[in-house]
Amino acid sequence: MNWQKLTNAQIAWRAAQDIEDGAYVNLGIGFPEMVAKYPPEGRDVIYHSENGILGFGEAPPEGEEDWDLINAGKKAVTLNPGASIFHHTDSFAMVRGGHLDVAILGAYQVAQNGDLANWRIGTSGIPAVGGAMDLVHGAGRVAVVTDHTTKDGKPKLVERCSFPLTGVGCVTRVYTSLAVVDIEDGHFVLREKIPDISMDNLQSLTGAPLHLDGAVLDLITPELT
Amino acid sequence: MDKTIDNLDEAVSGIPDGAVLMIGGFGGSGAPIELIHALIDRYRATGSPKDLTVVNNNAGTGKIGISAMIDAGMVRKIICSYPRTKDHESFASKYLSGELELELVPQGTLSERIRAAGAGIPAFFTPTSYGTDLAEGKQIQEFDGKPYVMERWLKADFAFVKAELGDPHGNLTYRLAARNFNPIMCMAADTAIAQVSRAVPLGGINPVDVITPGIFVSGIVEVPDPQQEEDLIRAGEVY
Repeated sequence: MNWQKLTNAQIAWRAAQDIEDGAYVNLGIGFPEMVAKYPPEGRDVIYHSENGILGFGEAPPEGEEDWDLINAGKKAVTLNPGASIFHHTDSFAMVRGGHLDVAILGAYQVAQNGDLANWRIGTSGIPAVGGAMDLVHGAGRVAVVTDHTTKDGKPKLVERCSFPLTGVGCVTRVYTSLAVVDIEDGHFVLREKIPDISMDNLQSLTGAPLHLDGAVLDLITPELT
Repeated sequence: MDKTIDNLDEAVSGIPDGAVLMIGGFGGSGAPIELIHALIDRYRATGSPKDLTVVNNNAGTGKIGISAMIDAGMVRKIICSYPRTKDHESFASKYLSGELELELVPQGTLSERIRAAGAGIPAFFTPTSYGTDLAEGKQIQEFDGKPYVMERWLKADFAFVKAELGDPHGNLTYRLAARNFNPIMCMAADTAIAQVSRAVPLGGINPVDVITPGIFVSGIVEVPDPQQEEDLIRAGEVY
């Protein structure tokens, strides 16, 4: 293997570059939250939290948390000027009602038809879904940030999800540690890849055919860890 | 009209065995810890209420609040979206041993089912969960070429919520993001009881600032300087 995959921070940075000025955005709990660190200079992005906040900002300094002001991940946050607070049903009306511009989520698997599996791996243990199944509906676009493969090297971009689905045909773009892939008409369409990986190697790490539609751009990001 | 209740014991005295109890809050924000603990006190003293169905976004964290209710043995079923919080040992042990039933509901569907109950709408169609395990057995219908899942309203016998200000008519305000499920749970329950951090006289809340109109609230009980669930969990408190 003679390529260096992107770090999570670099994947998050790449996803952040596509968020338009003025966008209302929901970031899934965990890794997707990193996207908020990298909006391009001059772009005003308003972040939505399922528990009823638009316009939350960074975490307060330790010791200054107000536990009545948390995000969906139950982490303490602050409010940016222009923020608003509302109840849970209004919050999910924003989600399902098509009012959010972008939702960026994590994934166990994404299928070439846009199916997403990100809420549980099997059928044992304790199931927990939170807002994942709601977030895949209604946002202008639903994107995924993920490693290109699992820890043991299996593709996460697959022909058909084997894990329980979160939503059907909902994902439109995937930012991985190796590539940027769109989902169009039931196919993966390769848009960008890191320069050092060959097409053959990238394809071998992908569980369904990568289609080409015009030039494949180099996926280049700043050094971020 | 005065919906003020003198103390916590009296506020929790009417809940019978087998009741469906909505408990407001999301994480520690808006969680009515003192009402929950007063209900546990009553159970420990009298053995009632038991076999409760609890509706909340989660299924308890740490060893206080809903977790302490589960540990006490008064809960039969949990309806929630996310039981796997960072310390969910109380839920996990009873769920995995089969003593505790779980109905898992996507968070937006949970909140809409609660709202629908409060608004008199017995069922609705949502895109959420279509094509997933959580839609199994549910009616699917197409509208304008897209498939939707039918969901039923979710009613409760009682709701416990935490509010900031409350007046004798039951009008409520909430602090910061402590609003979350609380307004809709007040709507969906036959009897909604709010612990308020400050009871104010009529006129003490500007009408335009009221978040939950008193028509949805049956009783308020003042709990000044309420405990914050997150602080109790971090301190490792056990109730």
